[in-house]
Amino acid sequence: MAIIRSNEFISPGICKMTVAFTGAVLPGQFFMLRAWDKDPLLSRPISVHDYEAGKLTFLYQVVGKGTEILSCLKAQSEVILQGPLGNGFPQIVGDLCVVGGGIGIAPLYYFVKDYKKKNPQGNCRVYLGFRDSSYCVESFNAIADEVNLNIGGMITDQLKVASNEVVVTCGPEVMMKSVAKATPAENLVYVSMEARMACGIGACLGCTCATKYGNKKVCKDGPVFLSDEVFYV
Amino acid sequence: MSKQLETKFNEILFKNPVVPASGTFGFGREYEAYYDLEKLGGLCSKGLTLEPQSGNTGIRLWETPAGLMNSIGLENPGIEAFIENEWPHLKSLDTVTIVNVGGKDEESYLKAIEKLNAIDVKLIELNISCPNVKAGGMAYGMTAETAGDITKKVVDISNHPVMVKLSPNGDSVADIARACEASGAQGISLINTIQGMAIDYKKRAVVFDNLYAGLSGPAVKPIALRMTHQVCQAVNIPVMAMGGISTWEDALEFIMAGATCIQIGTVNFINPLAPIEIIEGLEVYCEKEGLANISEIRGII
Ligand SMILES: Cc1cc2nc3c(=O)[nH]c(=O)nc-3n(C[C@H](O)[C@H](O)[C@H](O)COP(=O)(O)OP(=O)(O)OC[C@H]3O[C@@H](n4cnc5c(N)ncnc54)[C@H](O)[C@@H]3O)c2cc1C
Ligand SMILES: Cc1cc2nc3c(=O)[nH]c(=O)nc-3n(C[C@H](O)[C@H](O)[C@H](O)COP(=O)(O)O)c2cc1C
Ligand code: FES
Repeated sequence: MAIIRSNEFISPGICKMTVAFTGAVLPGQFFMLRAWDKDPLLSRPISVHDYEAGKLTFLYQVVGKGTEILSCLKAQSEVILQGPLGNGFPQIVGDLCVVGGGIGIAPLYYFVKDYKKKNPQGNCRVYLGFRDSSYCVESFNAIADEVNLNIGGMITDQLKVASNEVVVTCGPEVMMKSVAKATPAENLVYVSMEARMACGIGACLGCTCATKYGNKKVCKDGPVFLSDEVFYV
Repeated sequence: MSKQLETKFNEILFKNPVVPASGTFGFGREYEAYYDLEKLGGLCSKGLTLEPQSGNTGIRLWETPAGLMNSIGLENPGIEAFIENEWPHLKSLDTVTIVNVGGKDEESYLKAIEKLNAIDVKLIELNISCPNVKAGGMAYGMTAETAGDITKKVVDISNHPVMVKLSPNGDSVADIARACEASGAQGISLINTIQGMAIDYKKRAVVFDNLYAGLSGPAVKPIALRMTHQVCQAVNIPVMAMGGISTWEDALEFIMAGATCIQIGTVNFINPLAPIEIIEGLEVYCEKEGLANISEIRGII
């Protein structure tokens, strides 16, 4: 159970919720959220958008019943959190190229922030792609070395990966696949996968994803994977 | 710990009648982060088959009002890997581990059971009711004749007591339960998931690659309760009941309908602490009602 500090629309259909939370939270991890009894039945997986001691932020798109209920919660009310879950993004030491599509940018903010904190000398370039209207671009501008924005087009048309960069991407699967394709084979590409989840902790096998090394659980073994592990066919 | 919830399932002593259900609890490890598994009466393994299985492709989960449809398709590491990797840990726990066994044909069931003869399992749950595998699975559980037949063959070669897990999708569950009892089953568990279907109208397509899937969760509880009652009336062997149990009150209703133990499935996903809260709720109930043991209210309906 966590107390909501604020929960507001920052753009049409896009909501930002901040809750009181303490404990270790890694970039790329997620929480299972619920604020209802048995309908809908399952909790909703939502990534960590930002975290600083005591303050955990989610950025989510209202797409159905669950996210609709979440978006109506008022400050001071309660939300049930389970987590943090999953492995999250790897620690990157070299330079970084981050590609986010739509609400897929949600986990990338905390990741970039954490990277810059740990690698003040490291260079971090960000590509953000949106279908119609953009959001959070200012926040990325404040922490990244370079931000490229694309609205309505194909982010991969712009994307140029330097030889020393590690690529990290989150967004629609088709976008992540084309990012992987547009990246030279020498560069590592990490992707953050989505799957329908029931337990969120590795017990139900509902979120299985086929990989080069056999089935893996998106919730427990991921949600972050190397692209050639999951996009292997 | 109080003895009010101590429950005997034949000769097997459970600390309490609460057992997480197959397929909703992995092999227990994931829930150890939430509580001590030794608080449970028992726990039931994911459905195991002779060979490893990768399960079904496509979407595996779909929500319905207060229900969950799944099409996992018995993804599991196979009996040998289970014995090697999971059993040593499960065996070390002071709780009853039930091993759930599935199969695609008679031979694969029997070979799996033979392999399990090598380890000291207290109770086998024979899964003849999985709606999510194409061959075998639920097919054996549809009629009294086929269920009785496979039960007899399994009981004959198993060193361990066998509890048969029934499907709600076939002939009268009471008839099937009687046939299993007559074939030597030492317990009945029910219900497995109810076969259902989902269509995504936006895509004009079925949701599941396997076409049909299994419904569980609070939505199925009234059906599960009715079937539990019918089976408890029909047989003398103990019954382990499940289907939509999410609170201690639900658990109590199944016990009043005659269940000896109860299994907790889908609600583990909603609240990982549910089994513990149910145990605590039952303890408080016994205390308040002045019951020396929960068995005093068993089968009163
Ligand atoms: C690891 C992970 C992290 C995520 N992080 C974010 C985030 O930070 N911000 C955000 O806006 N969204 C995120 N999502 C997607 C988010 O979980 C879904 O949009 C949400 O579950 C939709 O719920 P709903 O009830 O509004 O929609 P409905 O369509 O009514 O949901 C029906 C069912 O489908 C599931 N579902 C629907 N869409 C998705 C999806 N894209 N991924 C997984 N399950 C889905 C729901 O959980 C629910 O069980 C994440 C998903 C995963 C797997
Ligand atoms: C995701 C999932 C996986 C399951 N896997 C198995 C299984 O491997 N073997 C089995 O006998 N039952 C399996 N079941 C059925 C449950 O054990 C139980 O019979 C059913 O879900 C009804 O109980 P519930 O409503 O409390 O979940 C599974 C159910 C779910 C939801
Ligand atoms: S959501 Fe249950 S195993 Fe991943």
